[in-house]
Amino acid sequence: MENEIIRLQNIAVSFDGERVLDDLSLSIRDGEFVTLLGPSGCGKTTTLRIIGGFVTPDAGDVFFDGKRVNDLPAHKRRVNTIFQRYALFPHLNVYENVAFGMRVQKKKNAEIRQTVERMLELVNLKGFEKRGVGTLSGGQQQRVAIARALANNPSVLLLDEPLSALDLKLRKDMQGELKNIQKSLGITFLYVTHDQEEALSLSDTIVVMDGGRIQQIGSPQDIYNEPENAFVADFIGESNILDGIMHEDYLVEFFGRRFKCLDAGFGPREPVDVVIRPEDIDIVEPEKGHLTGTVTSVTFKGVHYETIVDFKGFKWMIQTTDFHGEGSVIGIVLNPEDIHIMKKSAYSGQFGDYSSYSEEFDEMADPDIDLTQEDGGGEEE
Amino acid sequence: MMKSRSAAAPFGIWMTLFTIVPLGIVVWYAFTDKSGAFTFDNIRAIGDYAGTFLSSVAMGAIATVICLVLAYPLAFSISRASERAQQTMVMIIMLPMWMNFLLRTYAWMSLLENNGFINQLLGLIGLGPVNMINTSGAVVLGMVYNFLPFMVLPLYSVMVKIDVRVIEAAQDLGANSLQVLRRVLLPLSVPGIVTGITMVFVPAVSTFVISKLLGGGKQMMIGDFIEMFFLGNAPNYNVGAALSLVLMILILICMGIMNLVDKDDEDGGGLMV
Amino acid sequence: MKKLSKIYNALIFIFLYAPILVLIVFSFNDSKSRVVWQGFTTRWYGELFQDKVIMESLLTTLEVAVLSALFATIIGTLAAVGIYSMNRKLRKTMLAVNNIPMVNPEIVTGVSLMLVFVFVFRATGMLQMGFGTLLLSHITFNIPYVVLQVMPKLRQMDRHMYEAALDLGCSPRRAFFRVVLPEILPGVVTGALMAFTLSLDDFVISLFTSGSTAQTLSVTIYAMTKKRVSPKINALSTLLFGAVLLLLIIVNLRQMRDMKKQKKHG
Repeated sequence: MENEIIRLQNIAVSFDGERVLDDLSLSIRDGEFVTLLGPSGCGKTTTLRIIGGFVTPDAGDVFFDGKRVNDLPAHKRRVNTIFQRYALFPHLNVYENVAFGMRVQKKKNAEIRQTVERMLELVNLKGFEKRGVGTLSGGQQQRVAIARALANNPSVLLLDEPLSALDLKLRKDMQGELKNIQKSLGITFLYVTHDQEEALSLSDTIVVMDGGRIQQIGSPQDIYNEPENAFVADFIGESNILDGIMHEDYLVEFFGRRFKCLDAGFGPREPVDVVIRPEDIDIVEPEKGHLTGTVTSVTFKGVHYETIVDFKGFKWMIQTTDFHGEGSVIGIVLNPEDIHIMKKSAYSGQFGDYSSYSEEFDEMADPDIDLTQEDGGGEEE
Repeated sequence: MMKSRSAAAPFGIWMTLFTIVPLGIVVWYAFTDKSGAFTFDNIRAIGDYAGTFLSSVAMGAIATVICLVLAYPLAFSISRASERAQQTMVMIIMLPMWMNFLLRTYAWMSLLENNGFINQLLGLIGLGPVNMINTSGAVVLGMVYNFLPFMVLPLYSVMVKIDVRVIEAAQDLGANSLQVLRRVLLPLSVPGIVTGITMVFVPAVSTFVISKLLGGGKQMMIGDFIEMFFLGNAPNYNVGAALSLVLMILILICMGIMNLVDKDDEDGGGLMV
Repeated sequence: MKKLSKIYNALIFIFLYAPILVLIVFSFNDSKSRVVWQGFTTRWYGELFQDKVIMESLLTTLEVAVLSALFATIIGTLAAVGIYSMNRKLRKTMLAVNNIPMVNPEIVTGVSLMLVFVFVFRATGMLQMGFGTLLLSHITFNIPYVVLQVMPKLRQMDRHMYEAALDLGCSPRRAFFRVVLPEILPGVVTGALMAFTLSLDDFVISLFTSGSTAQTLSVTIYAMTKKRVSPKINALSTLLFGAVLLLLIIVNLRQMRDMKKQKKHG
């Protein structure tokens, strides 16, 4: 591929006999903002750590600029990392933290000073040189971590959930700043997050991962509008996912009714998953709708109402700006561009039904999920 | 993660040579005679010391219980004091350990003797003299005196971590002082209690100086016999090794029982400082 | 209630300090008796420094304490780093081995080391009881305390910190000295101080492993208790005790000043 900077080929990793990455292949182009997106334990952090040189894959190869680097130790790789919770050196002040990499390379003092100043300016921390890192706020520490990594002039910056420790408002600001830094320096960012909104707003390319495998690679628009399977559709945004049958190109049947759609290339009478985004559904008078259903719950969300509607026992989520009270009967209209067709996958039937919908339901239902746990890629403890 | 397991290599070699091998040699001596031939005679000879073992364990246990009872309220009151007072009091507790323990024990002789200070004081109010020196009571007192700090410090370091709000919550839910102690404080301080008991019981059972100085040689403990067999006028390493082996196993069993109470601690509870 | 606990604490403190008081008072007694007061003198303090046996054992004690603390700190710190990077099973094994000298009765440790030295001496003629065996023994019982002081500091350290140093171009050895060591230094220092103290204080193990050529202060004192303890020893202990007291007070005052400073800067 043209100006490819990193390639992972058939990577497999296990920790204590547990498969963390399974035959993973990925190519990253120079200057791209690539995001690895997925739930806890999907292998995204492990993928990042393989590139950083902190995890050695059991099988498969890592290439930088076409050269195999499997055996190159971390400190000799031309990539730098921004760690979760920053890993700043508490015994050094801001200036020395940023200068650390250059000191190791024995750069001249004048050059170091120049670079540190430039970096601190880039992250808006001028004047903080002498401060101890313990006295900084979370946002400021984050900026020091960015400056420290960039001061080494890496060709690729690896970011491991860098904003997860910040509060919502600060996170939004830092997202913008990160994107600006990436654009102005023109270097490759490989970003790990479990926050789909963050991924959608920052990335050129999103890699959706689950269970140690890549589920889909594409632009944010592709991933959102044309999810490849039920997992992706559910993980990115909200989705109603129904069983359907593809009759012919551009014609799908579900709920006993045929709808026009924009998808083609399926076999005759092939069973498929049908995705309908909650915000794409138009509500009309019951008699004018393609389908009619009963509202079972309404939640006010600020910009819209989240309305759960019962269609013949299958519950959909509809996001609408009009209020329809509990118990009211409504009709809906589905236009061809509102309907997305996916091939059946291992994830079919697991997602997309809002029958027992509650925002925390997924987490509460499983006592084994540790909500505080990070995606540690299977390290001990 | 750091890939530096080899940094532990000198440690591994050292501990093998000077901890594991020596214990192996103790076992070897315990099961051989002077010519190096295998024998059970040394182990059989242990039978003669059964009474000594029993009284050593009994005195050690009594001293440990007294230490626990004395230390618990002290440790608690230190843990609830201001930070400054805590530092000072911990220092007061640790300071005596800086004075040679033989001399401190020796000083107790001056206090306990029939014409010693305590009997002189008693004489002033027309009591005594009470015979205190060269009794098993004096030996237990010496143990309590020497090992009390080893009970206070682990207890304190566990108690200081107990949030005052936990105690307040218990009171809020209707627990009186005794119930707070039984249902909240004691369970929370178990790691400290276990460490404290270990740190007092082990040296108490195996001591030989305290019994010699304060027991006047009348209260021979197992340690006295071990010392005699190794450093005395008629050394017998084989029987000495057998006694050491049994002492070690005895203590291991006691510790095993203690550890059943307090599982999963990788690095020994609130050990020191 | 508060008053009661104060009285209780005071009683325990009296219990702890009564013999020390006796010791100090009788270091000024103008007689060799340890019970009868014959008047004030400071002559024991003068004679102390002329006593060759006492001075030699004091020197041996200090030498062994400094050297054993140094070696134990190096071996123990390296060990902690190594153990920290082991998997759970291996780590448990190593920590169990580490616990042996701490849990084992001192007398058994002393006896076992003595038997090894005797055994090696009989077999090869090397390792005759003396300063060398004393030092080896002290290092052995000091190492575990250093390991236990350093381990928690490693665990508290952000495990990404070491990786961050590698990431910024440090070799593993450099990353250790530039980033890990500064982080765990407080534990290393505490471990070294503890090792030094334990070595100074040790009696039982020294008794079994010192032989007759290199006696520590406690071994010398022990020999004296069999006859009569010279008031010169009381004088020496009083001096040492005073020095420690002074040191602790200085350290404490400094800590308090630092704490106040911290509070100010919040």
